[in-house]
Amino acid sequence: MRFHLFARFFVGSARVVTRGNALYWGWVAFLLALVASGALAYADQLQAGLSVTAMRDPVSWGFYIGNFTFLVGVAAAAVVLVIPAYIYKWGPIREIAIFGELLAVSAIVMCLLFVFVDIGRPDRFWHLLPPFGILNFPSSLLAWDVLVLNLYFVVNFVVVTHLVYCGFARRDYNHKLVWTLVLLSVPMAVSIHTVTAFLYNGLAARPYWNASILAPQFLASAFCSGPAILLFVLQLLRRFTSFRIRNEAIWKIAELMAYAMFLNLFLHGAEIFKEYYSDTHHLLHTRYLYEGVGGHHALQPYAWAAVVLNVTAFILFIIPRTRRNFVTLNLGCAAIYLGVYIEKGMGLILPGLTPDTLGEIYSYSPTLTEIRVAAGIFAVGFLVFTLMLKVAVPIALGRFHVDADPAREPVRPPSEPEAEAVPPATAAGT
Amino acid sequence: MSGDPTDRRSFLRQVAGTAVGAVATGLLSSCVGERLRDLPWDEARRRLARLEAETRARFGREDVTLSAQEAQPGVVFGYALDLSRCIGCRRCVYACVKENNQSRTPQIHWIKVLQMDKRRGIDLVHADAYYNPAFVPEDGRFYVPVQCQQCDNAPCTKVCPVRATWQEPDGIVVVDYDWCIGCRYCMAACPYGARHFNWAEPGLPAGELNPNLHVLGNRPRPMGVVEKCTFCIQRTRQGRYPACVEACPVGARKFGNLLDPDSEVRYVIEHKRVLILKEELNTMPKFFYFYGT
Ligand code: SF4
Ligand code: SF4
Repeated sequence: MRFHLFARFFVGSARVVTRGNALYWGWVAFLLALVASGALAYADQLQAGLSVTAMRDPVSWGFYIGNFTFLVGVAAAAVVLVIPAYIYKWGPIREIAIFGELLAVSAIVMCLLFVFVDIGRPDRFWHLLPPFGILNFPSSLLAWDVLVLNLYFVVNFVVVTHLVYCGFARRDYNHKLVWTLVLLSVPMAVSIHTVTAFLYNGLAARPYWNASILAPQFLASAFCSGPAILLFVLQLLRRFTSFRIRNEAIWKIAELMAYAMFLNLFLHGAEIFKEYYSDTHHLLHTRYLYEGVGGHHALQPYAWAAVVLNVTAFILFIIPRTRRNFVTLNLGCAAIYLGVYIEKGMGLILPGLTPDTLGEIYSYSPTLTEIRVAAGIFAVGFLVFTLMLKVAVPIALGRFHVDADPAREPVRPPSEPEAEAVPPATAAGT
Repeated sequence: MSGDPTDRRSFLRQVAGTAVGAVATGLLSSCVGERLRDLPWDEARRRLARLEAETRARFGREDVTLSAQEAQPGVVFGYALDLSRCIGCRRCVYACVKENNQSRTPQIHWIKVLQMDKRRGIDLVHADAYYNPAFVPEDGRFYVPVQCQQCDNAPCTKVCPVRATWQEPDGIVVVDYDWCIGCRYCMAACPYGARHFNWAEPGLPAGELNPNLHVLGNRPRPMGVVEKCTFCIQRTRQGRYPACVEACPVGARKFGNLLDPDSEVRYVIEHKRVLILKEELNTMPKFFYFYGT
């Protein structure tokens, strides 16, 4: 009986994800094309080694690790929604917290893939997995990161699949399990980002990273970038499905993001003050980022773009009028996404490594292979997210469960004729 | 599509059985793929013999010998470099490449000689590693060769997520090229730019191979792993000098046993003005710079 229910869940889900309109298929095809291109680029990299990237001894980490760091932040940000949703039982957010967790799961998938493509010997990945391998725990922060990222993934994955599956089976979810895991996931979200910050923070060889402001700043910026993506997703959901997400929920999230951005800018400013006022040799890295050093100005435009984007977003989100206007709100989200992407990605890795420990400046910028691989990984993440949403949304709406399969015409209740075929705009209007 | 369902089931069972078998053998053989230092003696011997045969076959050289000679008790190696003598000729760099079978294309150098301005003193920010005048030394310049400082409190070994790199009892920091996963965390952690990555398949012509190999030292490395100076472990554990010490035309490089009160390094440390690179990082190098004159 149980097994049958399970089988029906899988068959039903498979049917749900293979039914969709042209827009859905176009999106999936686009993602699959990116995945294929990324896979081909990665095959090149496997063959020729990491020499197909622009990384070299002076800048030994680049685009891959930058994206990894950014995405850890996105994954951690799920708590922004989970905390108020579960603990304060704040109604409107509660129903959408599950999307935050879906986002976290997809982001962690991308994180692990980015680490995987960055290592020189992917065939030895199992060296990290005891009992077959050796995990240098607790000495290596990378070992910690592997541990917490995987745990975080499992916790979120279990919560989400359990909730979704129970929705499908039309029975109450296991409150004890969900509550325990959700309460656990809050400190864990903080920990994945803290550990990732410590990974850099602990290296005395790299003064730009060796600042204790790094971990708090990581958290602050994560609480901006993660929700920024989520706000887009929520609006899209609202538009393309009959899922109802209240405006107040969106505005509340935007308000929280404004505070997080203020903190982020403040912490950033504190670090910049320290560097410029004390004016030691360590200032070189900050100067490389904002001014360029010795004729190398590659990062300068990006660094300033990030500053402008972040400040703009802060202003747009702190003023209630612009926060409530969906045009400025979306502009703000895009600005935050881009700003934090620069700041926490390449803006963190490159000045940390340049000039290198012996003063050499190597101007890194990613090769086409790196960009293709990275785009492929993002596509995998979006694909995972899309498919999970495709299943979770009708379940949450009560349209897809044991006795009803939205993909099969006859079962559809007569009151909602061809809900799938209704043009998006009309659907959102109802 | 067609056929007896029991047939299909037994076929599936067979397939599953084979798959489980394959995975199990895979896992078993991975268990055997431990670091050399974790293996029991006889197994380590076997692995060594296999590696030696592989290297012989790969380079078509019968004279290849692969040693795993261990540290001698009562020995901790130390190095001292006389900044007032070094003329920046880079002979040590090339002797090292030859001795330690570094990749020729792409080029990997374990020693980097930095040119500095006498007016500024030791100042890495303004150092130039790519100086290329017709004659050295140039007026107003001095030279600081940098290689692995064999830190006693080594940041690189601390961060390695799989313990592929460690400090040997005689103080040499080594890498197990068969265990390193190529994450390059150690490169981010090393304050002296001493660790180098094999970004591509190392190019080493068979005729240029130094056949006197040590398993933790100069044996040819695979693509995708990290390598570094080992104080010429294949030589020094046999009581010889590192190649760079022998190559230096002005005798700027001194090497010996730090535990031996009569060794040359000990004399230098006790009688000369000695300095340590980036002393504030508390890496406690066993590589000392001094002004001999
Ligand atoms: S110099 Fe670098 S590679 Fe050598 S022991 Fe110190 S940290 Fe490790
Ligand atoms: S590159 Fe190799 S030696 Fe260095 S930290 Fe990673 S696994 Fe360890």
